[in-house]
Amino acid sequence: MKKNDIILIAALLAAALAALAGIALYSAGTAKGAEAVVYINGKEQGRYPLGEGRAVKIPAGDGGYNLLEIKDGQADITKASCPDKICVDQRPVSRQGESLVCLPNKVVVEIENGGEPEIDGSTN
Amino acid sequence: MAKKAAYMGMLTALAFVFSYIESLIPITIGIPGVKLGLANLVVIVALYTIGAKEAFVLSAIRIFLAGFTFGNPANMVYSLAGGMLSLLVMAAMKKWKLFSVTGVSVLGGVSHNIGQILVAMLVVENAKLLYYLPVLLLSGTIAGIAVGVVAAILTKRLERAGRV
Repeated sequence: MKKNDIILIAALLAAALAALAGIALYSAGTAKGAEAVVYINGKEQGRYPLGEGRAVKIPAGDGGYNLLEIKDGQADITKASCPDKICVDQRPVSRQGESLVCLPNKVVVEIENGGEPEIDGSTN
Repeated sequence: MAKKAAYMGMLTALAFVFSYIESLIPITIGIPGVKLGLANLVVIVALYTIGAKEAFVLSAIRIFLAGFTFGNPANMVYSLAGGMLSLLVMAAMKKWKLFSVTGVSVLGGVSHNIGQILVAMLVVENAKLLYYLPVLLLSGTIAGIAVGVVAAILTKRLERAGRV
């Protein structure tokens, strides 16, 4: 290894840690009023407050689906029709800006700080 | 020529096998895209022992082979984006001689992750995926060091053995 390698590695690690710290600070003030927002293909499909437990079946094209479960203030994808199941393997999310992603179904579940008045119910 | 063809064939087979082994190791830390990048080891060795053009060909063949046999088409697109960006960066860095094999490998690992995230952002049309970047930077750097150290030893020995 050359000296330049060490500098490069140190710089990358520092940048990653700084970004992580930034995200942690940014999402620290979350908690109440947070919602799981479901996007399909970049379009918003529904908002579900993290405060209430529920299971939502998110329909994707071609009969595919992702099952979003909200429990104990966390959102998690527990079942999916996609071949790789990466979304199912992802940890439950609960903090501002965190997301669950299913690339094959083009589904993104993102945590957003409520703020706006609650939206009652949603269309499936 | 025949010797080079045989060497390329061997490296391609090796990269293919490494991809397979890697697909058997589930790394579930909750963030998609975190992996060791074993196949990248072969690509780096190719880059240093034969050349950038051959490394490109090898990497592309590897991704298609792996994608059609045990991957899926969606993953292939991400692999291709990550793999090509990573090679572009590594080839440039090798030329500029700023870093040793390890540094080049680290940059390759990190740019692979960046390429994948960019494509993923385009596919789901959501820029928030950038949230994954810090973690991927971290894992890409660490994986890059591991792969780079081994690649450095390998290239040195291959050269000493008079392979190329």
